[in-house]
Amino acid sequence: MGSSVLLHISGISKSFPGVRALEDVSLRVHAGRVLGLVGENGAGKSTLIRILAGAHQPDRGKLTMDGQSVVFRDPVSAIRAGIGVIYQEFNLVPDLSPVENLFLGRESSLLNHRDERQRAKNVFERLGVSIPLDSPCRDLSVAQQQIVEIARALLRDVRLLVMDEPTAALTPREVDSLMQIIRELTLQGIGIIYVSHRLDEVFAISDTICVLRDGCHISTRPAEEFSRQSLIEMMVGRAITHEYPKRSVQVGDVRMRVRGLTRHNVVNNVSFNVRAGEILGITGLVGAGRTELLRLIFGADRPNSGTIEVDGQLLTIRSPRDAIRNGICLLTEDRKNEGLIQGRSVLENFSLASLPAFSRNGFIDSRTELAAFSKYVKSLQIRISSSRQQASSLSGGNQQKILLARWLERNARIVVFDEPTRGIDVGARHEIYQLMNSLAADGRAIVMVSSELPEILGMSDRILVMHAGHIAGEVREVPTATQEQLMTLAIDSSSTMAMSSQKRQDALG
Amino acid sequence: MADQRPNQLHRFVSGYGMIFVLLLLMLLFTILTWKKQTPVGADAGHTVAETILAQNAQAVVIVVAGASDVEQAFVQAAEQRLSDGGATVARTVSGNPSDARRTITSALDDGVSLTHVAVSGIAERWTVFDRFDAGDLGQRVSPQPYSWPVFAQTNNLLSVANQTAIYAVIAVGMTMVIITGGIDLSVGSLVALASVMAAIVIREMGGVNAGPGAMLTGVAAALGICSAAGGFHGVMVTRFHIPPFIVSLSMMMMARGLAYLIADGTSISALPESWTVVGSGTALGIPIPVLMMIVLYGVAHVVMTHTALGRYVYAVGGNQEAARLCGVPVRRVLVTVYITCGTLAGLGGLILSSKLATGDPKLGMMYELEVIAAVVVGGTSLMGGEGRILGTLIGAFIIAVIKNGMNLLNVGAYEQQIILGAVLLIAVLIDNLKRQRSGGVS
Repeated sequence: MGSSVLLHISGISKSFPGVRALEDVSLRVHAGRVLGLVGENGAGKSTLIRILAGAHQPDRGKLTMDGQSVVFRDPVSAIRAGIGVIYQEFNLVPDLSPVENLFLGRESSLLNHRDERQRAKNVFERLGVSIPLDSPCRDLSVAQQQIVEIARALLRDVRLLVMDEPTAALTPREVDSLMQIIRELTLQGIGIIYVSHRLDEVFAISDTICVLRDGCHISTRPAEEFSRQSLIEMMVGRAITHEYPKRSVQVGDVRMRVRGLTRHNVVNNVSFNVRAGEILGITGLVGAGRTELLRLIFGADRPNSGTIEVDGQLLTIRSPRDAIRNGICLLTEDRKNEGLIQGRSVLENFSLASLPAFSRNGFIDSRTELAAFSKYVKSLQIRISSSRQQASSLSGGNQQKILLARWLERNARIVVFDEPTRGIDVGARHEIYQLMNSLAADGRAIVMVSSELPEILGMSDRILVMHAGHIAGEVREVPTATQEQLMTLAIDSSSTMAMSSQKRQDALG
Repeated sequence: MADQRPNQLHRFVSGYGMIFVLLLLMLLFTILTWKKQTPVGADAGHTVAETILAQNAQAVVIVVAGASDVEQAFVQAAEQRLSDGGATVARTVSGNPSDARRTITSALDDGVSLTHVAVSGIAERWTVFDRFDAGDLGQRVSPQPYSWPVFAQTNNLLSVANQTAIYAVIAVGMTMVIITGGIDLSVGSLVALASVMAAIVIREMGGVNAGPGAMLTGVAAALGICSAAGGFHGVMVTRFHIPPFIVSLSMMMMARGLAYLIADGTSISALPESWTVVGSGTALGIPIPVLMMIVLYGVAHVVMTHTALGRYVYAVGGNQEAARLCGVPVRRVLVTVYITCGTLAGLGGLILSSKLATGDPKLGMMYELEVIAAVVVGGTSLMGGEGRILGTLIGAFIIAVIKNGMNLLNVGAYEQQIILGAVLLIAVLIDNLKRQRSGGVS
């Protein structure tokens, strides 16, 4: 198929004080094709997106659209040239309806509501979806909000659509329909740059895949010329032998026993055991109550009923403080809002849960504190420039390690991970997995909630699948289990959805 | 990546950059208030006597000065020094020009042969000396004028420190509250309530003749009611999730009203003499309120930087949910911080009451704004999670120095308000620009 080159990026470089974000990167995007853009965090993907969006100006290099050189001095000029960017964080006004959001800033001097509604309806039809036109955007699902964003780009006659981690917050079913929409857009001649950590999706949707690493262009090839393994190796720049490190741990006695844990409308009569040295995976769709279950165990929310025993001892957990005191700790999925004190130093973030242990006569013994921290920096290979560095300046993987160090210092018996590798690049993921394994090997009990089925299958000794607040099924024979099997349990035998899951499996090949 | 560890100096500059603003302001006012000064009082008398003795150890001298206390000190010091040095002091005058004329005339009539007349800076300008024959009077010696900035005089600097002390004491608690992301608007009213509370207890326990026991009871009652008000803030904020702004706004009205109510709307001055020792006394030449302020800042700085409580305060302000999920006793921290703020507002009220020798429900008006301004100028973010105790001290002094400097330069009261408002805005503006630059790349 001889499709024309829509955008030609040639020799783009961009530096920030102390950081070379992009170095001589060249790329071609064709009309009607999908270019998958992958790379670890910090590889330069975000900078490239911002340059295309007109938010940053390149130091060197040029952009050519349809053979004509273009310069984006600001976001408006990028939009005028036909480039649309869908960020992870949407740009919708939550109180306005989809129609109002679509035409925000574009109202003609005479508001013509009927005309606007008609055009909104047309554009949603073009995408093959139906969206409630009048309810405020805050009531829409994440997927629906994303569609409104895409529709807005279409209304602006977008010719190149850049999508940054578009599926991060979508359910598998919603991912399917997004893929459908993307295919629809390419048929209409729109070029797509698809940026994602989720390699399965990148393989499923991309015509070509481009790998960036440390700001440099590594390789651009047709998708079928990559294998999953070779792609990962190019992203991290070294060979990774096993994506999910294997281990052989003797599973011991029951360490935690959860019985009948219930919080009305969220978690419904959940019971399970976790043994020493065991990694228990919990999965399910978004809204199945997984995170809510973890919050009950950790005391972040109060259950209406149910009991938790650790090492045979019945616990009264009224707050996270109680849980921590009893050796239960939680690594949150939302590091930014629930894990780190962003503005404080990495050292303070590390020691926050153990300050009484670091104090003598009421004063913090900073030498003991620093010594303990340095120990973890070394053993967990945390990459920091100084113990005074702000936590917000770390990459996702290093932030996760800081939080892990925080709980290791507390000598936690039960370690609960909620989406342990969300927003963490491939290289650091591998390290986190190895750490989980070594924690289990020390005889701790590990509970891991994850939406990523390969991760669940690759890491768990046993898997629980949640649906609508209760445990829908348990998978004991993990090595022979399939994603499809888990998905079927997660969507609880609703036939139409089971089909969708089947389709997804086909798509992923 | 290169080692980006900032060195000590760099950290100090970025942390306490405001100290340079303060020093610059002090330098500015030093230059602007540079004036010819004439030495006065005992020091001046001493110097003049030395000058005379150096010229003639057997001098015969009349000492002339005005009638004020300072002038009398001049006369006494000069007389003392001259007699000690072997000179003869024939007469001394401490009065007006006609007194001087009479005394000199009578001395000359008595046949005293004068070698010198020692005159103070004020008396030097009198024309009375021209009436006498220059030969009869001998040499006239007066203190040498010198150039020195009014602003940088020790007395002025001490009085700036003394005026700042009360605001600064209250601002310690306010800084902690603001670092947690809260605010306390009630401190001005608590100043009034504390002064009234203490004064009433003392009045009831003996008034002017009250002993130390009564005064201690008064102090305890005042601090007690103010810390209770702080505890009330803490409970309302943590248990009932009412925004601190609203809780403390209502306390601001209630505490002021209560102060008026228990004082019957008037000031209470039936206080013993010794009540004023703290507010007006000095130790080692430094006003006691200033010493209290210094000690308090030392303690607060250590608490905020070297104890678990301090770390918790920053953590709660930086991210309350993350702090809770980390096992930080968030409620206890917040209640502690509000109690501290209330108690220190009470302490400020007691110092003010001691200084003015009164308990008055009208005291402390608008103090909350002065105090918040000091905290903000000192670099603490109203968003919480950031700020330094010592920064607040610098902020309080910046405001005090600007006020004092403008007074010395005779800037009008209205203009002063405009300038202070602008200073507050500029301080926050600078802070924001600094933050944008440091956090530019994400």
